[in-house]
Amino acid sequence: MAETERITDIGPPHYGKFLPPVIKENYGKWKYHEILEPGVLRHVAEKGAELFSVRIASPRILTTLQARDLCDIADKYCGGYLRATSRHNFEFLVSDKSKLEPLKAELAKRGIPKGGTGHCITNIVHTQGWIHCHTPAIDASGVVKAVMDDLFEYFGSHQLPAQVRISLACCLNMCGAVHCSDIAILGIHRTAPHIFHDKLRHMCEIPTTIASCPTGAIRPHPDKSIKSVVVNEERCMYCGNCFTMCAAMPLFNPEKGGVALLVGGKVSNAKSPPMFSRLGVPYLPNNPPRWPETVVAIRKIVTKYAEGANKYERVGEWIVRIGWEKFFEICDIPFTFQHIDDYKWAYDTYRTSMHFKF
Amino acid sequence: MHKTPLLDQLESGPYPSFVKDLKRMAAKKTQINDLLGQLERSYKDKITHWKHGGIVGVLGYGSGIIGRYSDLPDEFPGLEHFHTMRINQPSGWFYTTAALREVCDIWDQYGSGVLNMHGATGDLVLLGTTTDMLEPCFQALAHKGWDIGGSGSAMRSPSCCVGPARCEWSCYDTLEACYNITQEYQFELHRPSFPYKFKFKFSGCPNDCVAATARADCSVVGVWKDDIRIDQAAVKAYAGGELKPRGGGAPYKKLDTQADVVALCPTGCMSFDGKTLKIDNKNCNHCMHCINLMPQALRPGTEVGATILLGSHAPILEGAQMSWVIVPFMEMVKPFDGLKELAGNIMEWWAENGKNRERVGELILRLGMRGFLEAIGLPPVPQSVKTPRANPFFFWHQADFDAEAAGRKYIKA
Repeated sequence: MAETERITDIGPPHYGKFLPPVIKENYGKWKYHEILEPGVLRHVAEKGAELFSVRIASPRILTTLQARDLCDIADKYCGGYLRATSRHNFEFLVSDKSKLEPLKAELAKRGIPKGGTGHCITNIVHTQGWIHCHTPAIDASGVVKAVMDDLFEYFGSHQLPAQVRISLACCLNMCGAVHCSDIAILGIHRTAPHIFHDKLRHMCEIPTTIASCPTGAIRPHPDKSIKSVVVNEERCMYCGNCFTMCAAMPLFNPEKGGVALLVGGKVSNAKSPPMFSRLGVPYLPNNPPRWPETVVAIRKIVTKYAEGANKYERVGEWIVRIGWEKFFEICDIPFTFQHIDDYKWAYDTYRTSMHFKF
Repeated sequence: MHKTPLLDQLESGPYPSFVKDLKRMAAKKTQINDLLGQLERSYKDKITHWKHGGIVGVLGYGSGIIGRYSDLPDEFPGLEHFHTMRINQPSGWFYTTAALREVCDIWDQYGSGVLNMHGATGDLVLLGTTTDMLEPCFQALAHKGWDIGGSGSAMRSPSCCVGPARCEWSCYDTLEACYNITQEYQFELHRPSFPYKFKFKFSGCPNDCVAATARADCSVVGVWKDDIRIDQAAVKAYAGGELKPRGGGAPYKKLDTQADVVALCPTGCMSFDGKTLKIDNKNCNHCMHCINLMPQALRPGTEVGATILLGSHAPILEGAQMSWVIVPFMEMVKPFDGLKELAGNIMEWWAENGKNRERVGELILRLGMRGFLEAIGLPPVPQSVKTPRANPFFFWHQADFDAEAAGRKYIKA
């Protein structure tokens, strides 16, 4: 590359280069859409043009081999056009209706599931986990695979009262920003960092380590000769920011780390305003390779929701209608001290009415 | 090949298996064999084996590369350095196979051949390469028209929904807005100079498919001001069962217009006499429910633009926030000067007042909405609050007395 001109700050390619002709011709002129079957959308333009989109499951992490396989399929049936979705699925964009059935047949032959539309459980938006992150409490891709295998019947069907959006973040830093999901799977640490004083003195800069703590729980070691830090364990909420700055402070505990489930969040404004997910299950064991306790707990919530919710009611709307006390009862989840907020704005969550059920 | 008895258990089951896919690549690249080996070790030990990296990057940028090193480099030498490159995705995540193959070719040559489509912020993420490959890989990508995305205390790669490219509900051109704003902030994207991260997300309607309200400091959500467009013939077809609710995406065969639409309208602004659907549009809060259920009968109006909401972030540190309304309606026409001016003012105020690692939403809560609104020149509007304050602790500034002296009234006569 040395002999060629260095290029910077060009930004992403213009999307216009990647739009199929039917989209270019009907950009901003779409009239309506239908979901012909789970995973197959039909968009119709003002002038009658049609676009069929076939949505398929993706584990989000993929190799260039898999990406090339998807390209082969898109070349064969879509004139070389495809897109990814905000839930990390892929969509094959079919302009020629005669290619739709052969595409579906090829996907079936290759074992690539289609779905993720309408009242389904679509792909789980998730983070890196053990495959590429330095602070995770749990893996991400493996938990997602185990949960989606179990809930697979809901991926390719429209049988739920409304869509159920599941997300996973492998630690509370939440680079997956899962805090407004119908069901959020959250990796949690439950112990303060362990400080290796001998290592810390050589590896870490003490002021930046102290500054890294969001709750101010870290201070210089009272014995100046040790040249290290101490952690006020009562203030630590296990975020791992100090470990980011200082590798001599790991907070991983293979036995105590695990999974929390938060439920009832949503992003859409339909009917009710966007809602935060709230703590449902404070702790489930970190149990690779298939996290059976997490899988069972999620299935139970999904099943009870499907039985109890009204038409078009999201998980959070269902819980608000029946009351949280009923949610815990129906889902057999014991209510604990952890469920009661004691962080900022906790008061907003305390009940100040007689509107509760026994 | 490393033995992976635990990971092997993730090869079965109907959902696509990342283990199966990675194993194909492990046969070609020793790095990926090591990646599976180390991941297997994490499955056994129940802890991660990645250290946080030092500062790595490409020439002149301070952003977009995440340093990553294995804590078991002797056992898994292919992972000694295994850095992430965030590549700024195209608006709406549209690709041609030719372009995607070019990225694959480059990544096979310079990196591990493993990627995320896509990262949580929206980038096309390339997982795993060595320090010496970062610059040549970047330049190879740049010569094919790609650039690196954001990380650290910088503008993050903006993202958007599918918008007018394939959605009849989009109230502005989310793809062009996303592209245009991304180009506007190239310097801030590549050279971290903010108190903390700053994210833009563009959703075309209040369904908010990119979760802008939950996940972006500046959330731009499309909205209309006039009347919902109604096709009464299609309304009849829904009532008669010829058209299925939610475009066919629900388990219900037939729409019950009264129970499913009218009775669930949050503002009670609709009525149905069995033939004609009426909407009191002045009282509609554009929640999208009726439109979602009857896509062939109802569409957003034509006086369109966006609501600007500000302040959302994940729980670190003050607890999760959702963005709140600061400008109820803004026209969104290229080159988006209104949004650029507003965002510029917001960033300037934040850069001046924000503490290290303080998101703009947290800063506003610390310093107060009034100070913020006055600093960026926005008026108080009732759309920005759910309720007014319940406490009597409101402040009076000289500016208020001056306004009174000039004739300001608190109630219209």
